Amino acid sequence: MAQDAQAAALSPLRQVAADFASDKQAFSVPWGKAMMWIFLLSDTFIFTCFLTSYMNVRMSTTATWPYPSDVFALHIGGQNIPLILIAIMTFVLITSSGTMAMAVNFGYRRHRRNTVLLMMATAALGATFVSMQAFEWTKLIMEGVRPWGNPWGAPQFGSAFFMITGFHGLHVSAGVIYLTVVARRVHKGFYEKRGSYEMVEITGLYWHFVDLVWVFIFAFFYLW
Amino acid sequence: MAHAEGQQHPIKIYLWIWFLLFVLSTFSYLVDYYHLQGYLRWSLIITLMLLKAGFIVAIFMHMAWERLALKFAILIPPLCLLILISFMAVEGGYTFLTRGAAFLG
Repeated sequence: MAQDAQAAALSPLRQVAADFASDKQAFSVPWGKAMMWIFLLSDTFIFTCFLTSYMNVRMSTTATWPYPSDVFALHIGGQNIPLILIAIMTFVLITSSGTMAMAVNFGYRRHRRNTVLLMMATAALGATFVSMQAFEWTKLIMEGVRPWGNPWGAPQFGSAFFMITGFHGLHVSAGVIYLTVVARRVHKGFYEKRGSYEMVEITGLYWHFVDLVWVFIFAFFYLW
Repeated sequence: MAHAEGQQHPIKIYLWIWFLLFVLSTFSYLVDYYHLQGYLRWSLIITLMLLKAGFIVAIFMHMAWERLALKFAILIPPLCLLILISFMAVEGGYTFLTRGAAFLG
């Protein structure tokens, strides 16, 4: 009752702030982790919108859709190997997810050195992925793929490709920076002082999500 | 604080999932490599994709060990997207038919 009287004395806007900021907890996880999950939920909606619009243009076009298996083939040793660069990129990203999971584990075990090394390995693999993507973009642009057309068929192919892989690549690049910043803090003993390594797990959530999105892009854009 | 030490699980389980993801990715690459077509191709792509996504979310992102409230809050809202996807599929089919009639008919 005393609290109600206190709240009534506040201006209406202050009351809203007091209500939303009051000490109530719905999820029994650290707030940073809950917020990261909610951010990832919103990101899920964004990527699904991209993939759905890609589905829509691919279904509605009367031109033939370029065959990804041939478009993304690489000429190695005198023969065309279908989709090989994409396959390698997939393995690089999965490997980075594995090193990230191990980093989280070592963080909670308070093995600082291992955590830093594994996070840096994750960031390096992420940077490798982005470089390979840059190579892929360069190759396709040289071959004449544009957001409004390409030499093989439906003009929508280019816009869907650049938008989806571009947005994913942006996420990977941001993740590499994020990982580097947190790894540096682990190295300096920031989380040791704070007494909790949950930040490493939160960073891990973001990184695994980037891998998760790639699983869907790989299935729907490159394999379908 | 139940979560003072966070999510701690044996390293073995991560290595296992890591290995499984490699195997599943190899399979999905082989679907393309051997040029499987039609419903066999699509069902294999979807199955392998969902398995990979499930393992990543459940084990790597620790969702399997979270409480039900968080699972519900994060995993149920994306189901709305199924409605968006089905609407857009219907819409895409309709546009295709209209274009067919206008361009070719």
